[in-house]
Amino acid sequence: MVSIDVWNASVDFPIFDAKSRSLKKLALGKVGGKIGSEGRVPIIEALHDINISLRHGDRVGLVGHNGAGKSTLLRLLAGIYEPTRGSSRVVGKVAPVFDLGVGMDPEISGYENIMIRGLFLGMSRKEMEKRVDDITEFTELGDYLQMPLRTYSTGMRVRLALGIVTSIDPEILILDEGIGAVDAAFMAKARDRMNDLVKRSGILVFANHSDDFLAEFCTTAIWMDEGKVKMQGSLREVLTSYKGRDPFQNMSPETLERIGQPRVLSGNGGE
Amino acid sequence: MTPSPVVSSLVQPTSTVERPPAPLAPNSRTFARAFGDVRDGWRQRELWGHLGWQDIKQRYRRSVIGPLWITISMGTTALALGLLYSQLFNQELGTFLPYVTAGFIIWNFILGVVTEGTEVFIANEGLIKHLPAPITVHVLRMVWRQVLFLVHNMAVYVVVIAIFFPALVGEYRMYEGDPIMQPGLSWAVLMVIPAFVLIVVNAVWVALLFGIISTRFRDIPPVISSFINLVFFMTPIVWHVGVLNKVTGGEGDGGGDWRMLIAELNPIYHYVEIFRAPLLGHVQDWHHWVVVGGFTVVGWALALIAMRNYRARVSYWV
Repeated sequence: MVSIDVWNASVDFPIFDAKSRSLKKLALGKVGGKIGSEGRVPIIEALHDINISLRHGDRVGLVGHNGAGKSTLLRLLAGIYEPTRGSSRVVGKVAPVFDLGVGMDPEISGYENIMIRGLFLGMSRKEMEKRVDDITEFTELGDYLQMPLRTYSTGMRVRLALGIVTSIDPEILILDEGIGAVDAAFMAKARDRMNDLVKRSGILVFANHSDDFLAEFCTTAIWMDEGKVKMQGSLREVLTSYKGRDPFQNMSPETLERIGQPRVLSGNGGE
Repeated sequence: MTPSPVVSSLVQPTSTVERPPAPLAPNSRTFARAFGDVRDGWRQRELWGHLGWQDIKQRYRRSVIGPLWITISMGTTALALGLLYSQLFNQELGTFLPYVTAGFIIWNFILGVVTEGTEVFIANEGLIKHLPAPITVHVLRMVWRQVLFLVHNMAVYVVVIAIFFPALVGEYRMYEGDPIMQPGLSWAVLMVIPAFVLIVVNAVWVALLFGIISTRFRDIPPVISSFINLVFFMTPIVWHVGVLNKVTGGEGDGGGDWRMLIAELNPIYHYVEIFRAPLLGHVQDWHHWVVVGGFTVVGWALALIAMRNYRARVSYWV
């Protein structure tokens, strides 16, 4: 059973400046009487007392201002950071997509990057070879897959990253901002595939600033503010409190129908 | 259109009732997790195997003769050092050039493991922060890359042995008046396989331990790289241990001879010796195996303690 549980978790980053990140200072610090790399090193408290429990079928949007801790939370949920206090447990195969440039090697070809990322996400070489055609078709990159990744545009990288994570059937899909760099036509294609994936696979956590993207993929939301969960609930409620207005009101009826939302939130369904 | 109060009937609560109770203590600092990391890392052989090859291919991607450069550079260095030092120490070229070659090949492996081991997590910052994986994967990738380098370099050994085979096949002495008669090449050369396996096992703990420490204290990599050259000259690679005996007038093999301590107290000497002695048909002394075995046990214990306490911190420190 796929699940993510986080209990009272905090994430504190020690910030070693060039000087304190050395043995000399630690040794001298002891001589001075006050032992403490912990006391001396300034700490950024990126997340405080986070309590989250996600289960199969949850599609969570993550909203909040820059620096509110969205990316850190995503890394906590992906199992990259283990909490400094509190605890967390992630059960299931995680496929994260963070900053799209990093984590992929710019010097090697798109094809090689597919292999490496697939292997990192727990696939075997054979399994990935079977999926290459599927990824090629989905990303529409064609012969570009033979080119080194540095020749790709941002949008092409997004296509590649989305192509890989959606082809390997992950149980937990974690997407950071930056997905928005693809064109509308591709987004429509990706939407179907991701909706399909989320239905099969379990959990989606998606950080984004765009109401449209959030509305497409998510049903619930978490509002992060200053490293804390400020609000947690249905997407529409959270977005309304976060933005101070109901973002779904301005959407076209077709869009609303597709994502299964009423025109307005009042009891009679709007129209 | 009238603005409506925000009352949703579509709430799908993110928290569910069947949430298990929180574990009593944070569970990241346990030996079970440290062992689990090493085990899971080992299981992802396909991943680090592929990455290790990729590193080598990448390094020589646009060069004409590719990874053959590894072999060529080893060949020229061994040849030049062998010629120079055989003259300096007045040694027989036929036995001394293979000696320098074999010693330099394993030294290169040790050098690579130690210097790249300290940087192993720092260099993989991007991957560590973007993809969840056991940290052992990065270590195994680096060690595997060094193994592949060594395999390329062994070609030089094969060529050198083919040329100087007559000088090595019977009993011989490393220099005139050497009390130790070397038995010459025989099937005992196969001992190089367990020796190398043991060295690789050591390479993993070295990279884990030094990698974790240097990620936290960034002074360690420059310290290591500035002292490693000194270690090279202190280790019997371009000179033979027998030389230490010779300066004392050849009396006694060890015993109260303090000069022998220069070699014996240097752990790298023992690692070099278990690999080099079988390759050259030298006398294989069991005490080198004991020393290396001891370092293996102690080193792995330290590495696992470091893994237990700081494994989860690596992604914070990089």
